[in-house]
Amino acid sequence: TMNADLRRERASATFQPELLTHILDGGAERTRRRKEIEALVINDPDFQHEDLNFLSRSQRYEQAIRKSALMVMKLREYGIADPEEIYWFKSSVHRGRPEPLDLHLGMFLPTLLTQATPEQQDRFFMPAWNLEIIGTYAQTEMGHGTHLRGLETTATYDPATQEFILNSPTVTSIKWWPGGLGKTSNHAIVLAQLYTQGQCKGLHAFIVPIRQLGTHEPLPGITVGDIGPKFGYDEMDNGYLKMDNFRIPRENMLMKHAQVEPDGTYVKPVSDKLTYGTMVFIRSLIVGDAARCLSRACTIAIRYSAVRHQSELKPGEPEPQILDYQTQQYKLFPLLATAYAFHFVGAYIKDTYHRISGDINDGDLSELPELHALTAGLKAFTSWTANAGIEECRMACGGHGYSRCSGIPDIYVTFTPSCTYEGENTVMMLQTARFLIKSYTQVSSGQRVSGMVSYLNDFSGQRIQPQHVAARTVTVRINDPVSLVEAYKARAARLVEAAAKNLQTELNHRKSKEDAWNRTSVDLVRASEAHCHYVTVKLFTAKLSEVSNAAVRSVLTELSLLYALYGISKSTGDFLQAGILTDAQITQVNQRVKELLAIIRPNAVALVDSFDFHDIHLGSVLGRYDGNVYENMFEWAKKSPLNKTQVHESFHKHLKPMQSKL
Amino acid sequence: SMNPDLASERQTASFSVEKLTALLDGGAERTRMRRAVVEAIEHDPEFSRENQYFQSQNERYEAAVRKAVHLQKKMHEMGWNENGPEFKYIYRAVAGDVAFLLHRVFMRSISVLGSDKQIAKWIPLATQYQIIGSYAQTELGHGTYLQGLETTAVFDVTTQEFILNTPKVSAMKWWPGDMGRSATHSVVFAQLYIQGKCYGVHPFIVQIRSLQDHSLCPGITAGDIGPKMSFEHADNGFLMLQNVRVPRENMLSKFCEVQPDGTYVKSGSQKINYFTMTTVRISLISDEVITPLMKACTIAIRYSVVRRQSKLKPGEQEAKILDYQTQQEKLLPQLAAAYAFHFINEYLEELYNRSYREIQRKKFDTLPELHAFSSGFKAMVTQCSASAVEICLRACGGHGYSSLSGLPSLYTKILASCIYEGENTILLLQTARFLFKCFMAASSGQAVPPSVAYLAAVKPRKCPAKSKFDFLSPDIYTEAYQHMAARLVSSTATKLQDLVQSGVKEHDAWNQCTVQLAQAAKAHCHYITVKNFAETVAKLETQAGIQKIMKHLCDLFALHGIFSNAGAFLHDGYISGAQMDMVTASYLDLLPVIRKDAVPLVDAFDFTDKNLNSALGSYDGQVYQQLYEWAQKSPTNKQMSPAYEKYLKPLLHNRLSKL
Repeated sequence: TMNADLRRERASATFQPELLTHILDGGAERTRRRKEIEALVINDPDFQHEDLNFLSRSQRYEQAIRKSALMVMKLREYGIADPEEIYWFKSSVHRGRPEPLDLHLGMFLPTLLTQATPEQQDRFFMPAWNLEIIGTYAQTEMGHGTHLRGLETTATYDPATQEFILNSPTVTSIKWWPGGLGKTSNHAIVLAQLYTQGQCKGLHAFIVPIRQLGTHEPLPGITVGDIGPKFGYDEMDNGYLKMDNFRIPRENMLMKHAQVEPDGTYVKPVSDKLTYGTMVFIRSLIVGDAARCLSRACTIAIRYSAVRHQSELKPGEPEPQILDYQTQQYKLFPLLATAYAFHFVGAYIKDTYHRISGDINDGDLSELPELHALTAGLKAFTSWTANAGIEECRMACGGHGYSRCSGIPDIYVTFTPSCTYEGENTVMMLQTARFLIKSYTQVSSGQRVSGMVSYLNDFSGQRIQPQHVAARTVTVRINDPVSLVEAYKARAARLVEAAAKNLQTELNHRKSKEDAWNRTSVDLVRASEAHCHYVTVKLFTAKLSEVSNAAVRSVLTELSLLYALYGISKSTGDFLQAGILTDAQITQVNQRVKELLAIIRPNAVALVDSFDFHDIHLGSVLGRYDGNVYENMFEWAKKSPLNKTQVHESFHKHLKPMQSKL
Repeated sequence: SMNPDLASERQTASFSVEKLTALLDGGAERTRMRRAVVEAIEHDPEFSRENQYFQSQNERYEAAVRKAVHLQKKMHEMGWNENGPEFKYIYRAVAGDVAFLLHRVFMRSISVLGSDKQIAKWIPLATQYQIIGSYAQTELGHGTYLQGLETTAVFDVTTQEFILNTPKVSAMKWWPGDMGRSATHSVVFAQLYIQGKCYGVHPFIVQIRSLQDHSLCPGITAGDIGPKMSFEHADNGFLMLQNVRVPRENMLSKFCEVQPDGTYVKSGSQKINYFTMTTVRISLISDEVITPLMKACTIAIRYSVVRRQSKLKPGEQEAKILDYQTQQEKLLPQLAAAYAFHFINEYLEELYNRSYREIQRKKFDTLPELHAFSSGFKAMVTQCSASAVEICLRACGGHGYSSLSGLPSLYTKILASCIYEGENTILLLQTARFLFKCFMAASSGQAVPPSVAYLAAVKPRKCPAKSKFDFLSPDIYTEAYQHMAARLVSSTATKLQDLVQSGVKEHDAWNQCTVQLAQAAKAHCHYITVKNFAETVAKLETQAGIQKIMKHLCDLFALHGIFSNAGAFLHDGYISGAQMDMVTASYLDLLPVIRKDAVPLVDAFDFTDKNLNSALGSYDGQVYQQLYEWAQKSPTNKQMSPAYEKYLKPLLHNRLSKL
C-alpha cells in the first residue's frame, strides 16, 4: 500500500507526470522503449543480487564482473545495438554504478575504431568485441593527469627488431587510475612519449598486452595491480601499470593518423584536433550524468520530505511534513529546477555533438573550437553544481540521509569524481575562458563572432568607452523568462569584459603572457561560470516554447523562473555591481523566489515522479515510490553484516576479558 | 629523505613555526604534554591505523573495541585519567577511532540527570566497565524535535515498575552509538505516563543485554543499523522495546521523580539541561571539526607543493600547483578559516567557562546567549568546515579520491557533524530567534548582551574605504560585516513584524521568513568570527613574525567572505561597485603573500604522519613512493579474487564468439 502522504501529494498535482517524462525522454515512443529495456533487466533473475551496501569491495567487484559478462551476452542476444539503448540497459544492470568493463566498452573499442588501421582492426577488433581481449585505456599517470604533455611513459623504437620498448622511467610515470586495469584487463591502450631516431615525437597510443591469455598472470616486464580503496567506485578495479623494457611489435602502435615506418621514420598525422573528438563526447555525457544524478537525489529527498513529519508549524496541530517548511523548500526546489535545466542542457549538447560530428566526418572542423569550449565549461559547471546539490539533498534528509540505505551517499561518491576526471574542472573552466577571451578580442578588433558567444557582438564598441557595458541598462522584468536571459547575458558580457581588461592590465605591467594569465585566472573562471550559467538559463527558457501541453508548460515555466531567479539571488553581487538590477529589484527577486517555492510545493512529488526512476535504479529506502520508509529501513538494517550473529565475536574476544579483569 | 620541493618551502618561513604551534596549543608546556601523549600512543602498535582503509565494517568495529579496551590499560599504565588534561590529546592521537564514546555520554547523562543515589549506584559500575552504556534519544521518526518522541514508559503502581514500549516502527530508537553490538545498558528517553496522563519525555536506565553471555534481554530487539557514509567503526544501533519492565528507581530523577504512589514531583531547574547540550556542541567544534579541517589543509597544501603540473612559463620546469592562482584561491581561504575557527573556538570556550562559573552561583542570565552562540557557531563552523574539507579533497585532483589520501574519510566523517547534536538549519533558526529578541529589546532601549548591542545601531551609512589598501584595515572590514549583519537582522525583523501586522499568524510569518532568518544568523556568526580574529591578532605579541602572518590570514578570511558574498555588502550601497573591485584586488593580492608561508602554516598544526594517515600529506613529501607502496598492500592485490576463475576465465575463453 502506498503511504497516505505520498498518495495525497500525487492526487494534488496539476499536471500528468507521464507527459513530462515523455519530454525528458524525447518522445512517448522512446519512453516506451526505455521502459521495455529496463523491464528486460529488472525482471531477469540473473541480474538479482544481495544489497551491495553489505558486500566487501572484493565481493562488489565480483558481482559487477558477473553482471557485466552477462550483460554483454544478453545485449547481443536481444540485438540491442543503439548506443542510447545500450546505455539504458547498462544503467539498469549496474544501477548507475561504474563497472569493470566500462573502459573496455567505452574507450578501448571506440579508440580501436577511430585510431587503428584496417590491419590493426582485423587483428584486435573482433577478439576485443568477443571479449577474448579485454582492454583499458591507460593515460593518467601518478604524477600527471590533465596536463597530457607532461606524461613520462616512454616508447622507444628499436629498428633492429622493429619493436617499441616501453618503460615507466620514474615512480611518477606509473600509470595510475585507469578503470579495469587492476584485475580485469589483459590489454591496455597505453599513451606514451614516442622516441624514434633519437627524437621525441610526443604522445602516441600503443596496444600493450599486459596479462597472459589463458592464465591471466601478468607478463614478464609488467607490474600491474589495484590501486586500493577509494571514495566510492568499489566495483571498479582502478589499477596501476609499470613497464620495464617491455617490447611490443611496431604494428602495435595505433597508426591510423601518425606512423612510424620500419626504418624508424616518423610520419606526422594530418590533424591533431581529431583526437579531441572523443574527449568532447565523454564530457557531453558527463553533463547528462550530472542531470540524472541530481534528479535521483532530488527524487529521494523530496519523496522523503513528504513522508517525514517533524516539530510543529502551528501550535497544537499534528507535526507537519518537513516539505512544508520554507527552509526545506528553499534547499530542495532550486535543485529540482536545476536538475530540469541540466537535462535540457545535456540534450542540447548531445544534439549539437551529433550534428557537428557529422560535419567533422566530412572534414569540416570549423565548429570544433566552440564545441570544445562549450563542453569543457558546461562539464565543469554542471558537475560542480550537481555535486554540491547531491550533498544538499543528502543533508536535507537529516540523519537518515547519512545512512547508506538512503542511497544518496552512493550517488554522491559515484558522481563526485566527475569533477576531476576527463579534465579537472578548474582547468576546464579556463579552457572555456580562453575561448571567451579569444572571441572578445575578435569582437574588439571588429570581427563578428557566432554561436553562444554572439552576445559579445551586442556589446561591441564599448572598448572606446571602458564603462559602456556596465552602464548599459537592461530593463529586466523579473517575471519574464526571456528578460531574465537578457540579464544573464549582460552579466556574462560584463564578467568576460572585466576579465579581459584585467588580463590586459597584467600584460601592460610587462608580465609574461603566462604570468598574466595566471594572475587573472580567478576572474577568468568567474567569467566562464557566468557564461555557462547564461547558456543554461537560455536553453531552459528556449525549451518552454516547445512544450505543447499547457499544464506541463506552466509548471516548467515556474521551474525555469525559479532557476533563473534563484541564481540571481545567489549572485546578487554580480547583478548589482554591473547595474543590471537595482537594490529594489533584488529585494523583489528574493521575494519572488519564496513565492515560487509555495507555488511549486503542490507539484513537487509529481515533478520527481516525472523523472521516472524505478525503485531498483533509485536504490534508496528513503526514496521508495510507495513511501513506506520506516518499515523498510528496519528490514534493511537487519541484513547488516554486523547483525549476522546475535552476539558479535568481539564480545568474546575483547569485551568479556575486559569486564572480568577490571 | 625530504622531498626538495617541500624542504625549500620550509626554508623561507617568515615566522617561527614552533612558536605558532605553542600559540595554538595554549603554551609551550601544553605542546610538550600533547607531544608526549601522541608519542606514547603512536609507539604502541595496538593503536596503528595503517590498515584502516582496507578494513570491512566488521573489522573496523572489532578494532575499535580492541583499541578501546587497550586504551583503558594504557591510561592506567600512563597514569592518565578521563578528566585529566591529557584526555583531549589522547582523543586526537587515536583520531576518534575507538569504541565506547557513547559510554561516556551515558555516564555524563547519569551524572547530570541522576540523583546522588543513582550516581553512587551506576557510575562505579560504568567506570569499571562492569556495564557498557549507550544513550538512546533519537528515533527512526524523530530527531531534533524531542517532544515528538514516541517511545512510552508507563508507571505500574502495583509492581513499582515502568513498562517501556516501542508502540510503532517509527518509535524505534535508531542511531545511538555503541548500542548495535556493545552496550549492556542504555539511557532511554521515553514519554512518561502515570495513570493515563502524559508527563513528557524522561530518561530511564534500561538493561538491554545479559551481563553473562551478552544475549539480548527479554523484550529487547537490538542490532546494528547497517553501513553509513562513515563511522564504520561505530556500531550505531536500533532498539525496540516490548513490555520491558524497569524498577521505579531507574528513572533518572535529579529534576523529577515519580513517587511510589504515582505522584509526579518536580525539583530544581531544568535549565541546566540546556547547559549539557551546549557543552557537547562546544566540545565537538574543536575535536570533530577544527582538527579534521586542519588535517585536510595540511594534506592538500603539502601535496600542492609536491605535485607539479603544466608550465607557468615556457621552457621552465612544470610548476608546483600551489603556484596557480586558482589553486591558491581554493586552499588558502580554507587555511585562513581553520585559524579563524580555532580562535572563535577559544572565544566560545571562554564564554562557556564564564557561564559555567555563574551557573555554579545559581545565576542563569548568560545561558540564552551561550545557547544561541553555541548553536549558531556549531552550525556555521561545521558547515563551512565540511565544505572546506571537500574543497581540499577536490583540490588534490584524482589522488584526493583515493582513500589513501586520507581525505575521503575526513570528509565523510566531518559531514555527520552538520547533523548530529542539532541539525544546522534548526540551530541557525534558534540563533535567529535570540537575535530577533535582542533586536526588539535593543530597539526599545532595553539592555542586551554586549555581543549583540550592535544590532541597535543600524543606520544607512557608506563604507569609507578609498583605495584597495584601506580594505586591509580591520576596522574597515569589521564594520562592513557588522553593518551587513545588522541590516539582515533588522530587515528580517521588520518583515516579520509587517507580516504579523498584516494579519498573518505568528508561526506562519515565522516560517515565511525562515530563509532570511537563517541567513541573518549566519551573517551574525560570520561577523563575530571576523571581529574576534581581528581582536586576537591585535593582542598577539609582535615578535617572531607571528602577528604579521596572522594579520594576513585575518585579512584574507575577511575579504574572502566579502568577495564570495558580494551581494550582501553591495545591497544597500554600503560598499559601492568600485569598492567591491578594490576588495577583489586586495583579496587576490593577499594570495601570493600567504602562499609563501603556506607550508609552515600547516606545519604549525603539528600533526604526525601517523595521525594524518595520508599518502599525500606526509611531512617528508615522498608522495608517489608512499602511494605506490601502500597500494600494493591492498587486500585486492594480496588475495586472489575468485572473479577470475569464476567469471573472467569463461568470459575470456571464447564463450561469446560461439553466440
